[in-house]
Amino acid sequence: MSTAPEKLSESDSPLDLSAIRADFPILDQTVQDKALCYLDNAATAQKPRQVIDAVAEYYRRDNANIHRGVHTLAERATAAYESARERMADFINASATEELIFLRGTTEAINLVAQSWARPRLEPGDEILVTELDHHSNIVPWQLVCEQTGATLRAVEVNERGELDLESFEALISRRPRLFAVGHVSNALGTINPVKHLVERAHAFGVPVLVDGAQATPHMAVDVQALGCDFYAFSGHKMYGPTGIGALWSRKELLTEMPPCQGGGEMIKMVSIERSVWNDVPHKFEAGTPNIAGAIGLAAAADYMESIGLDAIGDWEHRLLEHATRRLSETPGVTLIGTAEQKAAVVSFVVDGVHPHDLGTILDSEGVAIRAGHHCAMPLMEKLGLPATARASMAFYNTLEEIDTLADALVRARELLA
Amino acid sequence: MDLKDLYHEIIVDHNRRPRNFRRIENPTRVSEGYNPLCGDKLKLYVVEKDGVIEDVAFEGSGCAISMASASLLTERLKGKPAEEAETLFGQMHDLLTGKGEDIDTEALGKLAALEGVKAYPSRVKCATLCWHTLHAALQGEDLATTE
Ligand SMILES: Cc1ncc(COP(=O)(O)O)c(C=O)c1O
Repeated sequence: MSTAPEKLSESDSPLDLSAIRADFPILDQTVQDKALCYLDNAATAQKPRQVIDAVAEYYRRDNANIHRGVHTLAERATAAYESARERMADFINASATEELIFLRGTTEAINLVAQSWARPRLEPGDEILVTELDHHSNIVPWQLVCEQTGATLRAVEVNERGELDLESFEALISRRPRLFAVGHVSNALGTINPVKHLVERAHAFGVPVLVDGAQATPHMAVDVQALGCDFYAFSGHKMYGPTGIGALWSRKELLTEMPPCQGGGEMIKMVSIERSVWNDVPHKFEAGTPNIAGAIGLAAAADYMESIGLDAIGDWEHRLLEHATRRLSETPGVTLIGTAEQKAAVVSFVVDGVHPHDLGTILDSEGVAIRAGHHCAMPLMEKLGLPATARASMAFYNTLEEIDTLADALVRARELLA
Repeated sequence: MDLKDLYHEIIVDHNRRPRNFRRIENPTRVSEGYNPLCGDKLKLYVVEKDGVIEDVAFEGSGCAISMASASLLTERLKGKPAEEAETLFGQMHDLLTGKGEDIDTEALGKLAALEGVKAYPSRVKCATLCWHTLHAALQGEDLATTE
């Protein structure tokens, strides 16, 4: 238990935490008779009332199919969907609204780039470069396209702190792979990769870069123009928005060149049995009726985050990370996994004598929700020589007291099993 | 729910000091089990002669439930007819999935300590992994998963 009795007052927070927590109805409940302590935000974040209401309001008042009705509801729904696009393009500072494609999430976005951009370009002997830190959804789509084309997948190594090994990166990028795909923030360890630098180096070799931003948009202001990348993918549900909605951003020239991946309504201008004429970007990639309510909810999540302030969110999450790092490293038997200098509010750890899955069950009995497992990053776990870790991932609505609850529960887990 | 029902003292003990946790050099049967959900991995070695399990041992890593379950399995089956393994597998499966009203838990002995798992559906596969693996070994298959 903590020896240095630092004052754990929430008044230290730049945020009005009790007002913020009141916006998240789900946080106010007990689990197994204990107050819920939700520390599994990297899996999915909770949703504020503002998001839930935006979705409900849409279904209550505006629901209609978009882009093809002339009646009032269709016009309202279309306007709401397209203004959500504008909102999200602005959120990541895209230079044009039509550069943002609404998809199901990061996974679908990466698969789209793999199949529509990479597949026609790849030949046997070509390489695609990823990293050992990446999530399966930024590895497997590339494996598939490599199998389809005879190209080879390579991965930048990570060091023992869980950072990308820049020498390994230099060696591999100088081989001029056809594309470099890299996570902005690691979901398993929290490492924030130096994306801007990586993009500069990749471009120096003429290599385009896709960034998996699933774990970045919840925690920091993202500016795709400043990053300089060519593709950016993210998911709504990780950033306090609904599930089933996310986006791919890319530059208009690239998107215009890419053939669509799925055919259907919405993505065409004209269809005859002989041939069809594709619709313009972004509609070309949005075949079928999209997740209209999801897009509207996602825009509401972006509004909510900005109303709190992305800098304030970052500052408070950094405090949470520091506190969690200190409390967990002081807890006997706990070893932190991933000690990168630049980290988001994620702590991965193992506990001597207690398997991560037992930990997950034991912590649940204390109301504490964490994740245990390989975090969809089996190559990373293999590299670290661990079958699994436990992971606590924080959001701006978490408190220092919740981290204390976690640390105290770890002590009890060891008493029980170790 | 009381955690002590899940982490019964027998389970805690067998997790801390797994019995028959070793490799057998010349097994007549061997099979590997993998639970993709938890990453539990184990390798089960069996020496079967004239329908009797003369020796059984395991290696691997996993959560307390999977380790203790495998340890209890080896302790229980050493020297027993192979047929008994199949009967026990069925009984354990019913016990862990809550269909065990008719089971004589007294006859199960220490294996009954795993009963608490039935209140934790996500953990049932941890407890059954070693049984699936033994079943595969006795059938002459070299791989078992809980999927
Ligand atoms: C780093 C990273 N990339 C990609 C994904 C996949 O996101 P989704 O499941 O929303 O498509 C996740 C989520 O688990 C993630 O953490």
